[in-house]
Amino acid sequence: MSGTVEANGMIQEEPLLWEKGSRGRQGMSIPAADVPPVELPAELCGAGPDFPDLSEVDVVRHYTRLSAWNYGVDSGLYPLGSCTMKYNPKINERLAATPELAAAHPLLADSEVQGCLELMYGLQEGLAAITGLPGVSLQPAAGAQGELTGMLIFAAWHRSRGSRRNKILIPDTAHGTNPASAALCGFRPVPIASGPDGILTTEAVAAVMDDETVGIMITNPNTLGLFETNIREIAEVVHARGGLVYGDGANMNAVMGVVNPALCGVDVMHLNLHKTFSTPHGGGGPGAGPVCVTAELSRFLPVPRVVRAGNGYRLDEDCPDSVGRVHAFHGNFSVLVRAYGYVLSMGAAFLKRASQLAVLNAAYLKESLKESLPLAYPRPCMHECVFSDGWLHEHNITTLDLAKRLIDYGYHPPTIYFPLVVPGAIMIEPTETESQQDLDRFIAVLKQIVAEARNNPELLRQAPTRAKLGRLDETRAARQPCLCG
Amino acid sequence: MRYLPHTEEEIAAMLAVVGRNSLDELFCSIPDACRFAEEMVLPEALDEWQLTRHFDRLAGSMVVSHRHQVLIGAGRYHHHIPESIRALAGRSEFLTAYTPYQPEISQGTLQAMYEYQTLTARLLGMDVANASVYDGASALAEALLMGLRISRKKSKVAISAATHPHYRQVVRTYLNAAGYEVVELPVGADGRCDLGEAALDEMAAVAIQSPNFFGVIEELTTLGETIHAAGALFVVSFTEPLAYGLLKNPGECGADIACGEGQSLGLPRSFGGAALGMFACRDKFVRNMPGRLVGETVDNQGRRGFVLTLATREQHIRREKATSNICTNQGVCALMAAMFMASLGGTGLRRLARLNYDKAGYGRAVLRRAGARMVWETPTFNEFLVEFPSDFAPVRERLRAEGIVAGLELGRFYPEHAGRYLFCLTETVERATVDKIAEEVQR
Repeated sequence: MSGTVEANGMIQEEPLLWEKGSRGRQGMSIPAADVPPVELPAELCGAGPDFPDLSEVDVVRHYTRLSAWNYGVDSGLYPLGSCTMKYNPKINERLAATPELAAAHPLLADSEVQGCLELMYGLQEGLAAITGLPGVSLQPAAGAQGELTGMLIFAAWHRSRGSRRNKILIPDTAHGTNPASAALCGFRPVPIASGPDGILTTEAVAAVMDDETVGIMITNPNTLGLFETNIREIAEVVHARGGLVYGDGANMNAVMGVVNPALCGVDVMHLNLHKTFSTPHGGGGPGAGPVCVTAELSRFLPVPRVVRAGNGYRLDEDCPDSVGRVHAFHGNFSVLVRAYGYVLSMGAAFLKRASQLAVLNAAYLKESLKESLPLAYPRPCMHECVFSDGWLHEHNITTLDLAKRLIDYGYHPPTIYFPLVVPGAIMIEPTETESQQDLDRFIAVLKQIVAEARNNPELLRQAPTRAKLGRLDETRAARQPCLCG
Repeated sequence: MRYLPHTEEEIAAMLAVVGRNSLDELFCSIPDACRFAEEMVLPEALDEWQLTRHFDRLAGSMVVSHRHQVLIGAGRYHHHIPESIRALAGRSEFLTAYTPYQPEISQGTLQAMYEYQTLTARLLGMDVANASVYDGASALAEALLMGLRISRKKSKVAISAATHPHYRQVVRTYLNAAGYEVVELPVGADGRCDLGEAALDEMAAVAIQSPNFFGVIEELTTLGETIHAAGALFVVSFTEPLAYGLLKNPGECGADIACGEGQSLGLPRSFGGAALGMFACRDKFVRNMPGRLVGETVDNQGRRGFVLTLATREQHIRREKATSNICTNQGVCALMAAMFMASLGGTGLRRLARLNYDKAGYGRAVLRRAGARMVWETPTFNEFLVEFPSDFAPVRERLRAEGIVAGLELGRFYPEHAGRYLFCLTETVERATVDKIAEEVQR
């Protein structure tokens, strides 16, 4: 099996920035002064920060070495469940760097920035077509801000009807951001347990939906990778009691072109452009979390939005019912550019095909691994599959050990210990951009690790041994925080 | 399609393994009523070359482009960005990695974020900075919510009216939703925030932007003393952090929380995003802070390493009791800002800040000589507010035809400043451009 080890070779050390350099070095050009110095009152003048002085070569080597300690989608399979680590097309990087767009100041007149506005309008239209929800705001900078925007819209809609409600239904399979976003609007989350097969039942929702509840936040497919088959009936129950349905679109990659969220009864939904629409995760961001809503709710969307005006486009700020602004300008525009490039590259047919292949890949993994690892729910999975730690216990092996051992074989581990409803969860989302060969190799490695867990569990407990560092002391980091050098 | 590796044969083989006859059958658990009846209505797919041409056309429709000199700041600033940053930040090891939840294979991102936190804390004179939030506006909203959490009993905050107008809108969006009241503090006769008659003792926190929206440098030390004497937390916000290369930093002036926009540190304007919310505070408030934090630790062999830490504040652990709902940071943007700060160094940052200050000083002097009036004579960093003796609009039109976008008219933000123009002069604007504007004004 040693033939499949993908991690090997030279790891170079590199100190912290301020542990190198020399006073007076310079890492970038600064234009010569062509104007006379102007007096600055002494009481306003500071000393300037204590930064190291580095040359351009110092900086280039520093970050090149750091980059070598990272693992990205371009390094290999990145099976993080719920994160949709698909390939990030190179052309979209170049499009985002288009000089005319990259240099555009956001306060120029509409007539001066038609290219930016046309692009935003095109993306709004595209996302509306994909969700079936015609009103779109591109402003939210990430999924969680999209959720917050959605909750603000819930609050504004209820207020416009004179209804005062403060509870929100959130299933136990939801992302942690859902309750946190709802709480920012003063809503009190009411948890609902999913049924024994991992699916939310209409009865469970009907039992708690009342006249004090603003609505429900529901992720579909849910965080177990299962489609909420009762979604329409659940939406009917919620609507009948005067509530709204929020669709967390984090898992949209499973169902593009197949499921029409509007037909499911969803009123408001955010999409994660950094998941489904292939924009890079960047080690944590920037993301983008556009919000799509029904025609009825469009008047509550954040301002400004791009609208058509004659043969061109303009920013419309005149919307008295709007929840307001959530970003200083138009959200993470450069992320929108990449997503627009992706939608145009794929078109309707290939977006659907991407979802089909994402589901096929997950189903293939599930089928190939179900004898090796215990499945959390024996149902057809969508774009991700969830295993539990089941028999690992017998060998005193944890999910964490198994995940860390994958690193020694040159893979990024799956999502672990999430969703919380599955003990020791191992959540694998391969995405559509992995080929059958790549999956087969990953499957073989996982089976090998499962065998090791039985025969030589110490290999798992000590893992990783082939990464830059061994396991890190997270307790120490939290107990004696050292957050600044 | 080049992003989808499956051949028809492979699809068939994989379907056989999962026991399905077709791709459609994989979706059998989805009720018919939830499905699209027809194909989604989207433009025809473009190949890479068609897509490039489409973008050429979009770029061509930009009346104002990178070839123009745009003398507008107001929250987004044009500074030179060294090619080295574009090359380094574009490395796919950084770009295509996820949040560093597996620290053993994410030390690149983690050390870079730790360095970003440190440089940010040093720039702002604060004890600790987080790994960034969405943008300057939401950073300010988060700072005020944090102030309300710390104060526990109060439900009001105050914010200077000389804070970026869009920031004030975002603050209202966030705070009104949570049921808090936002009071605005007026702009005084010198263009600085006037604490005047405000009942500061009722405020959980008071936020002052410096340099403010008009470019005016606030006397933060004095404001901070008054705000602290009233028992409120002192929040300093900013849109142009380069200024702290020259000016006293927020920490030196007594700020409890310092936050703002980091775009000016190596990020393109890019129509306002991706942005960078910088966020820093005193040590004693760190457990109330929103956003991700990277901390130093050791591995099982005692070697130095970095991990995400203090996650017990965050939404994935605390759910509705979290300090914020924020999940992502602005990873690549923070990385670029760190690279920019590292490339400039302490010496370069000071030189660049000084050059910006002097350019604006030159612009003020030249326009004054051309007959314009500075609305305030208070020191400003790289922006200033100008009133022209006659209608400036036609002059501005002529200048634009020659590739210069001369300032931003402020009527839509401040009716009292209708017809007045906010100018921004950074190191990218040459003296000749400023002289040209003065010439046109006098024509």
